[in-house]
Amino acid sequence: MDISPLVYYGSIFVLAIFIGYYVVWSVTPALHTPLMSVTNAISAVIIVGAIVAMGTESTGVSGVISKIVSFFALIFASINIFGGFLVTQRMLEMYKKKVKKDV
Amino acid sequence: MFNNLMSVDLIASLYLLSGVFFIIGIRGLSSPETARAGNYLSMSGMALAFIVTILNLEDNSLVNLILIIAGISIGGTIGTILSKRVAMTDMPQMVAALNSMGGLSAVLVAWAAFLSPAAFGLMTGGYIKASSMVEMLLGILVGAVTFSGSVVAFLKLQGLMKSAPIILPFRHVLSIGILSAILFCSYLILAGSEIDQLLFLIISILSLALGLLLIIPIGGADMPVVIAVLNSYSGFAAAIIGFTLSNLALVITGALVGSSGAILSYIMCTAMNRSFFSVIMGGFGDEVGGSSDAKETRPVKIGSADDAAFILKNASSVIIVPGYGMAVARAQNSLKEMVDKLKEMGIKVTYAIHPVAGRMPGHMNVLLAEADVPYDDIFELSEINSDFAQADVAFVIGANDVTNPAAKSDPQSPIFGMPILEVENAKTVLFVKRSLGIGYAGIGNDLFYRENTMMLLDDAKKMSEDISSSI
Repeated sequence: MDISPLVYYGSIFVLAIFIGYYVVWSVTPALHTPLMSVTNAISAVIIVGAIVAMGTESTGVSGVISKIVSFFALIFASINIFGGFLVTQRMLEMYKKKVKKDV
Repeated sequence: MFNNLMSVDLIASLYLLSGVFFIIGIRGLSSPETARAGNYLSMSGMALAFIVTILNLEDNSLVNLILIIAGISIGGTIGTILSKRVAMTDMPQMVAALNSMGGLSAVLVAWAAFLSPAAFGLMTGGYIKASSMVEMLLGILVGAVTFSGSVVAFLKLQGLMKSAPIILPFRHVLSIGILSAILFCSYLILAGSEIDQLLFLIISILSLALGLLLIIPIGGADMPVVIAVLNSYSGFAAAIIGFTLSNLALVITGALVGSSGAILSYIMCTAMNRSFFSVIMGGFGDEVGGSSDAKETRPVKIGSADDAAFILKNASSVIIVPGYGMAVARAQNSLKEMVDKLKEMGIKVTYAIHPVAGRMPGHMNVLLAEADVPYDDIFELSEINSDFAQADVAFVIGANDVTNPAAKSDPQSPIFGMPILEVENAKTVLFVKRSLGIGYAGIGNDLFYRENTMMLLDDAKKMSEDISSSI
């Protein structure tokens, strides 16, 4: 008997929450702002949903609307991804300068 | 152009791999040395998820691929420009704005799935599967709350909207009413209503209203919690959509981000000694009236930049306590110059950072990093609090509530029980502030009237520059 997808993905979800819990507690408080901007960026992995929706062979009026809607989802998710990663990078560069100096 | 390049199992495994990249990437933030490598790893995870998805599209006609690339180029350009332009001081707004994008795209993806369910394999016997329907509705709810809540947070942080809590009458009743309406509409959809698209739209609009209603009553001082909570919501919205689309990358990432935001909210709440519930219920900072109405008659010692320079020069150890006021005045660079001069004279200078200093977790650390302050000079509340008793000078610049002794001594105070930086124990307290006004929490600070306190009433940036030049 196969387990239902809900239970399958649910198990992964629960385990990932535990991983997140331990990983995030290990982040130094000094880097909490970059932590927020980077988690922000990776939560925009929802872009894969938008791409899948763009790339489906849909027909009819609702199919067309679906594509338009997902095109906008794609744009917003990209803003989130690029903005989030690059701003994180910018912040982390500032920490690099000092680490070098201290050595 | 290319067809069924990968098996379903391979696709799932690669999504899992990108989830692993994200986990190790976040783990990199445990120290500034590994943080950049971690960020690159997270980027690779995202690139991997993207490539896997694009290689396995059902409709990979050239037109479609061009559209996808166009969408990403538009969004990518906007995102890149934003990330280059934003000032470090404005990072909380930036995160709120990006968060709203994430929430909005979750809503839109849920809509796309709802409009062409067959394409996502959500159909069973001519209807959308009930479990998928529930997931999409939840995705809409959480995504829309994230979106509108983040927009309000952005407006408040950007100063486009009053940051004081806005208390609507019957707001709790209103929220419960909206939530009930959402549940009722969801029930109708699940029961197989004919007008399901209209209901779906109504639910979206109601959810947006709910997000507004939740964040509007929350005051400026609680913004660090709000930002963290919304961050957490955006993660859970992604995870829920991941269930609908049976996508491992989304489920794993959403859970990670969700728990990250939740932990940060918890840390912020603890640092303010507030329960998570009371922050979410809002209204903090509206009790300005009571205590501050009484005209203050106690004497205040007000000093000039020269006085401050004299005191600082004769100290042997100084602890700097930066707060949001420093960020607003963009004083971090002039402060660093002042500190450098003091250090040249052999004075020991350290920085003490309260967890809720600034408008988001870790905000002060980023600003000091921008001004090139060495990482080793910066200490957390628990590391440095006992050092104040040995310090000659506590230099409070733009902080207020986090130093308020009422948190320890006055059970009537709204901030009673909040852990504070015990600057009062230093021999002299220099307090840079624009006026003798109350803090964000709307509470007067007893410290201003102490014997060992000298108030330096000026803009934080100007004051640091003036002190620098007279040292």
